[in-house]
Amino acid sequence: MALSKEKLGTFNPEKPMEGRITDIGPRHFWEMFPPIIQKNYGKWDYHEILEPGVLVHVSETGDKVFTVRVGGVRFMSVEHVREMCDIADKHCGGYLRFTTRNNIEFMVDSLDKVEALKKDLESRKHVTGSYKFPVGGTGAGITNIVHTQGYLHCHTPATDASSMVKAVMDEVFADFKDMRFPAQVRISMACCLNMCGAVHCSDIAYVGYHRKPPVIDHEVIDGLCEIPLVIAACPTAAISPSKTESGKKTVKIKNERCMFCGNCYTMCLAVPLSDKEGDGVCILAGGKVSNRISPPKFSKVVVACVPNTFPRFPEVVDATMKILNAYSNGANKYERVGDWAERIGWERFFEVCDIPFTEHLIDDYRLAYDTYRTSTQFKFTEAAWEVSKAAGGID
Amino acid sequence: MADETKFVPEVDQGPIKYDEMRIFSDEDLNNYTEEELKNYKVKYDIPFCEEMEKGPWPSYVADAKREALHRHKLGQDKLLINVDVVDDLLGQAELSFVNGETHWKHGGIVGVFGYGGGVIGRYSDVPEKFPGIAHFHTMRVNQPMSKFYKTEYLRTLCDLWEYRGSGLMNMHGSTGDIILLGTFTEQLEPTFFEMTQKLNQDLGGSGSNLRSPSCCIGKARCEWSCYDTQDLCYQLTMHYQDELHRPAFPYKFKFKFDGCPNCCVASIARADMSFIGIWKDDIRINQEAVKAYINGEVEPNAGAHKGKDWGKFDIQKEVIGLCPTQCMWMEAGKLMIDNKECNRCMHCINVMPKALKPGKDTGVAILFGAKAPILEGAQMSTLTIPFMKVESPYDNVKDVVDKVWDWWMEEGKNRERLGELIQRQGVPKFLEVLEIPPMPQMVKEPRSNPYIFWKEDDVPGGWKRTIDEYRQRHKR
Repeated sequence: MALSKEKLGTFNPEKPMEGRITDIGPRHFWEMFPPIIQKNYGKWDYHEILEPGVLVHVSETGDKVFTVRVGGVRFMSVEHVREMCDIADKHCGGYLRFTTRNNIEFMVDSLDKVEALKKDLESRKHVTGSYKFPVGGTGAGITNIVHTQGYLHCHTPATDASSMVKAVMDEVFADFKDMRFPAQVRISMACCLNMCGAVHCSDIAYVGYHRKPPVIDHEVIDGLCEIPLVIAACPTAAISPSKTESGKKTVKIKNERCMFCGNCYTMCLAVPLSDKEGDGVCILAGGKVSNRISPPKFSKVVVACVPNTFPRFPEVVDATMKILNAYSNGANKYERVGDWAERIGWERFFEVCDIPFTEHLIDDYRLAYDTYRTSTQFKFTEAAWEVSKAAGGID
Repeated sequence: MADETKFVPEVDQGPIKYDEMRIFSDEDLNNYTEEELKNYKVKYDIPFCEEMEKGPWPSYVADAKREALHRHKLGQDKLLINVDVVDDLLGQAELSFVNGETHWKHGGIVGVFGYGGGVIGRYSDVPEKFPGIAHFHTMRVNQPMSKFYKTEYLRTLCDLWEYRGSGLMNMHGSTGDIILLGTFTEQLEPTFFEMTQKLNQDLGGSGSNLRSPSCCIGKARCEWSCYDTQDLCYQLTMHYQDELHRPAFPYKFKFKFDGCPNCCVASIARADMSFIGIWKDDIRINQEAVKAYINGEVEPNAGAHKGKDWGKFDIQKEVIGLCPTQCMWMEAGKLMIDNKECNRCMHCINVMPKALKPGKDTGVAILFGAKAPILEGAQMSTLTIPFMKVESPYDNVKDVVDKVWDWWMEEGKNRERLGELIQRQGVPKFLEVLEIPPMPQMVKEPRSNPYIFWKEDDVPGGWKRTIDEYRQRHKR
């Protein structure tokens, strides 16, 4: 049935229930599988990465499916999607797939189709020069950065997402197309602490966050928000009831208790936090989700805050490159960033990455004690000598 | 075909034929030249945004400009949303860079009738400057499991969204939905009607309800998947449509389905209820293939380390030595595994996929409670049910889900995720809810404080005693 061109389609505002269909769920996955995937479902025997971005999966039936993976940008236009469809129609029988990390996968059923597909993908560039479909993102390299909406669509960001991701990916582009690292490196980005991307278990993570307590819109807060809910939203009990000079109900904030989580703003638009100078990016490292060798781990804060230097975020890029270089020079084969940092000790991590360790990196929120070192097992680094000097222990 | 009849939708969804459904003609779709695109200027000066057109990584700005030009060439007569919507979005993004702050207003309750989720209201706070994005609402479209697509479907969706929306989207959002970015309130119902009536396609979740469940690629193209991730994901999505569309929960709830402990959809970090495929029998070994790895005939780790010369493969160092439980050894040229000591970390299987495979007696481990940092700090899911068989229609899984939700809906505070409720009331309470006994696998180590909340029933004789009786034995 053709899509309607009527302004309101088949919807009649006079009779809003007429023709309404609900609770039908998504399209079924089976129809979306290319024939070779349907045929070999559950029969895959092994796989191999032939070169960066190109995989082959071999079935017990002898069938092989070749996958060419290309970098995607999460934010894309229908024009871009149509171009993918053109490619999929030309080479892949009209099927394609997206990965969890916003990459795009084109699949063909024989090796001789791979070269033409790859050539086609790599030849397509935007008029201003960037690749549309760069092949890569497999194995022990850097794959696409998963990220959030930022200034393009979010109402609570403390930084922008798409621009930071583009800035970093431009710098690490060679490693998107290579597999020279000790293990895969997963970078993730969220533009506020709500972390709708859940980046807290990534090898490297960027989180936008605020550093100034909310400003209060006293004139409207009582009308627009439930004041008890605003008070209850604060995890550190920094918000309490108050009255304006003219007697209006409002709240007051103990600034020294604020941890800038923004939960109050999520509950109430009359307490905004964003600020050009206050907002910045926190960098975390050493997390992972895989159970391989060591259990999954949280990422740890390694840079408390760098400024939002739009649009190329040189400070974020710089810290990333420092970590990647030290990691690729120092880690053993199969070691993820977090495994490496734990083996050499975090004190050595900061030394070899040339990242200063500041007091902000010592936990003082709940359960902080779990992160304190209660042992004499440590390594001497410059930071340790500084402490000894300051304490009068050495000259 | 591999058991074609195994997976069928609950209702016949009918095929999608783009040529029968399309809005735009081929002429409409090819209405600008490369030259025009090179010379195209959006309505505003956007130097920050245009910086994002440089460099090799795909430029979202270059892509957005293409859509802007396409819309201008189509003209307002062929579009239901302002022809300038993309220009205006880039203009506002530029202003946000200049001001270092977003220009989207807080909140906005819009939606489609009868649903409490699936649509996110969004309004510009500078609509006089950028009228095309005065409203810029998002629609979340429930993705097909593991994100395979037929181009006929995608092309149809593209026409629908270019006509009734901005033509901008996310493939995909973090949770997994197709995100259609930016339309006016007036077009929400019509878009929903077109989608459900013509594409047989529903919206996804948002707000305090079940979010669109998502899964890894599973058996569709992976040799390690221990269950039908797509099918379990699809069937639970269908079974819980009411919970997905009508918010009745304290807060959001996420199901994610990983086929093996490699956790490609990060269920352990992101899902309130994480399903991770495992096996309970022995790792399957092909000793000939083990030899081939040892002899350097096959590249280790499926060739994932090709970019650097790591030297000759050393099974002792790279596999046996890195095994976290030290349960492997070589004996008379054969690789031996003490399977009862294996914790299924996947390392050996990842390194030698031709030689080792997960066992055949498979199911899921179920873990609960992952979430991002807001509010009490980030949590990962806690191992709770070590193994469960999962076969259609998955009644055993649904029983567990129902018990968890009954408790959470009864006890959970406003905006309290399941993981926080488990923290607040304690894992022992959660085990009571699930009617399962404790096991040491639920903890990394036993508690080191003895502050145990004994219950009266636990203690011989109960707690009812009198001081008089005590005083008979002890003078004051």
